[in-house]
Amino acid sequence: MKCIVCVKQVPDTSGVVAVKEDGTMDRAAMATITNHDDLAAVEAALRIKDATGCKVVVVSMGPPPAEGMLRELLAMGADEAVLVSAREFGGSDTYATSQILAAAVKKIGVEDDDIIFCGRQAIDGDTAQVGPQIAEKLHLPQVSYAAEIKVEGKTVTVKRLLEDGYMTIKVQTPCLITCVKELNTARYMSVGGIMECYQKPLEIYNYETLKDDPLIDVDTIGLKGSPTNVYKSFSPPVKGAGMMMEGADKATVEKLVSILNDKHII
Amino acid sequence: MAFDSKDTAAFKGVWVFCEQREGVIMSTSYQLLSEGRKLANDLGVELCGVVLGKDIKEDYLKALGGYGADKVYYCNHELLDVYTTDAYTKVICDLVEDKKPEIFLIGATNIGRDLGPRCAARLHTGLTADCTHLDVDVEKYKAFLKTTSTIDVDNTKFEENTNLKMTRPAFGGHLMATIICPRFRPQMSTVRPGVMQTQPYDEAGAAKTVIENVDVKLSKEDIHVEVVEVVKAAKKMVDLIGADVVVSVGRGISKDVEGGIKLAEELAGVLGGVVGSSRAVVDAGWISADHQVGQTGKTVHPRIYVALGISGAIQHLAGMQDSECIIAVNKNETAPIFDVASYGIVGDLYKVTPMLIEAIRAVKASK
Repeated sequence: MKCIVCVKQVPDTSGVVAVKEDGTMDRAAMATITNHDDLAAVEAALRIKDATGCKVVVVSMGPPPAEGMLRELLAMGADEAVLVSAREFGGSDTYATSQILAAAVKKIGVEDDDIIFCGRQAIDGDTAQVGPQIAEKLHLPQVSYAAEIKVEGKTVTVKRLLEDGYMTIKVQTPCLITCVKELNTARYMSVGGIMECYQKPLEIYNYETLKDDPLIDVDTIGLKGSPTNVYKSFSPPVKGAGMMMEGADKATVEKLVSILNDKHII
Repeated sequence: MAFDSKDTAAFKGVWVFCEQREGVIMSTSYQLLSEGRKLANDLGVELCGVVLGKDIKEDYLKALGGYGADKVYYCNHELLDVYTTDAYTKVICDLVEDKKPEIFLIGATNIGRDLGPRCAARLHTGLTADCTHLDVDVEKYKAFLKTTSTIDVDNTKFEENTNLKMTRPAFGGHLMATIICPRFRPQMSTVRPGVMQTQPYDEAGAAKTVIENVDVKLSKEDIHVEVVEVVKAAKKMVDLIGADVVVSVGRGISKDVEGGIKLAEELAGVLGGVVGSSRAVVDAGWISADHQVGQTGKTVHPRIYVALGISGAIQHLAGMQDSECIIAVNKNETAPIFDVASYGIVGDLYKVTPMLIEAIRAVKASK
């Protein structure tokens, strides 16, 4: 048995966001982090490893600097890492990304008792599409929004979140599960892990590595192969200025409430 | 003839996936039908609702016509009672391959966001997630940009076509992007619940609705998961979308989380509203996710929105800026929340909020 975890390095959008002159995000100028939901997916896999001794492989598609993130995941306890990186893969939308990642997962090899994990969604795109689309490309059953996972042999029981409750779903391996960050709290890298992480295998899959897979077709990968394109991107305008109250004392607050009352707002 | 998603000319009509849970159509479906009606009118095509379920009441199906559907494709099958990815994807893809709609809208619920990507991947077409605005007509799109963007619309060239222009916040909500899917059909989009306005119910439309029973080909072997149980949360979820007043808290409550939330609850109580929050507050684990307003949370347009200690990242603004009256309290006078606020107070929320509560109570008592 093994767990394959798909991970994305994302710009930290909770901090300062750098925008280039053309209105796109200046990723190079921003701090990067491992996507929150993906960290939960890594931790879920590591807990299965703790219980069963199975292998954990982390895989990420992105530019070469994503290697640093993969080393950190190896230091947390993952056994092997794969960086999927090629110019041909750049500009992929979710459809094209899932084609490439599915090909990479096939190359790693999916066996009968394997589980593939993804985060539910990445904080830079918030689409939640890549996980289910990888599952479709691999013809595997999927369970998304996992908030609890229990593995017994080849049966995986998942608590799948709904807006107003949850579903309990049973699925057989091999399967793909997308995790929400509430699933767990990810462990830190251990000192021993940091020592070992540079000895652990980290492979690069480029276009040459994957090109023989039928999923890797110039018509279905990269910017050109992506079904969706950006038509326009823009910044919202500053709304007409409202009324800034002077001061913050009792008189100010009473004045505001009196305005609200006069306008029948309250 | 084999299905070919690239044969764009063969596709016609606008579809809306009308999700049901426990036999009841979800209100998101009515919002999407109302929006889909406008798109169908601009294109001069039919609007169809698609319902998957088991023994759904005919009145519920007819009601979809009251919100704009000309026709309802009703897929009735025992195995469609409770949602499974496998069953729903198969039935929907079979139907799309047969009828070939040009536009297919799905509510971005936890189920819609599971179903949409799987279907798009199988059909080999694009899918745009969590859209907040849709257009087919270029002139209408330009009018939309005039009020919502800094683009100099009159001096910008726009490609003239009826591709679906799907607008959504991008990059964590710091920018807006309009996405198109020009080479493949159907053009698929998940749409945020609460964003599109439901049009008034039309009795005559409901009476005219054509219900087409779809011959569903589905067996147990098609489904690779087992739904053991569906559990409703014991705790009542906060109804942000339906709320008349929302009082939200942001990172500004970090000094005293419990105290800050308590103040928000008290103010919400006085105004007859509910408590919302920014993403940061949910990410920090200070409040449950059902309170979150914003791109990754819920989109609200209440009569009154009070923002306490919320700086106003675009991701948050995307979920609340259409509120009728926005009152912001923040210590930082340069916080972007003040750009959208109707009334702003620069001050400490722990000092200002109790005074607000007291002053509103006094005014209400005098009425």
